Amino acid sequence: MNLDMTFAALADPTRRAILARLAKGEATVMELAAPFKMTQPAISQHLKALEDAGLVVSRVDGTRRPRRLAKAGIEAMDQWLEMLRKALEKNYNRLDKVLANMEAPTTRTGEKR
Amino acid sequence: MSKLTVKTEGDTHVVVTRRFAAPPEAVYRAHTDPKLLQKWLLGPEGWSMPVCISEAKPGGKIRYEWTNRKGGGFHLTGEYVELEPYSRIVHVERMFLPDRTPDNHVETRFDADGTGTLMTVRMTLSDAKTRAAMLSTGMEKGMEASYVRLEGML
Repeated sequence: MNLDMTFAALADPTRRAILARLAKGEATVMELAAPFKMTQPAISQHLKALEDAGLVVSRVDGTRRPRRLAKAGIEAMDQWLEMLRKALEKNYNRLDKVLANMEAPTTRTGEKR
Repeated sequence: MSKLTVKTEGDTHVVVTRRFAAPPEAVYRAHTDPKLLQKWLLGPEGWSMPVCISEAKPGGKIRYEWTNRKGGGFHLTGEYVELEPYSRIVHVERMFLPDRTPDNHVETRFDADGTGTLMTVRMTLSDAKTRAAMLSTGMEKGMEASYVRLEGML
């Protein structure tokens, strides 16, 4: 697997959004094109980049060629949710310190009875 | 110990929960008082929020501006919809990156949990694609670090 290709494939927001869509289940080019308001050739080009990077695979089903996430694609999506979690955790760890330094509330209404 | 959870729910929701050692009143104040917000709502290391407007009343304005002091910056605007001190806030927000992102409807609950607080943030986006775009945008800033980890994974 070519690492540069993986990075290039993930650097594009449309391709990340396609991955996010495929995380919900497999889809054809036509099904992907509709919500993204893009032409099918444009979507096909993005899919090729994702397939070359090993993030997406396709299967043949009659005349359809539905795409789904490859294992590396699933792991990449997990990494993203983890990134968001990390960014939030950083904020909330700071908030823990802010709360520790705040004056004790004058009322006790916030406490569990 | 992981105190934070981040989950998608249905097609259009993202639900975040976090426990805090302080009572709901303090956590609520830290989410509405501009002077307190500026101390923690900062994202990655090296960013600050020089402009913080938070008019905590129904219809009140929200405006946060962030900068990394290296020419990088973005902002968020929003409006408060409902406030129930010190248990619930409903507001709408959108980011400018610099293009305007779709509105995110956010309900934040502060529930007493022992002597602390369980906070539940429930975000509602207009559709599945919008949520996917928001999640991938939120991840953008950490992308570089993510690549490093990805490198170890492949």
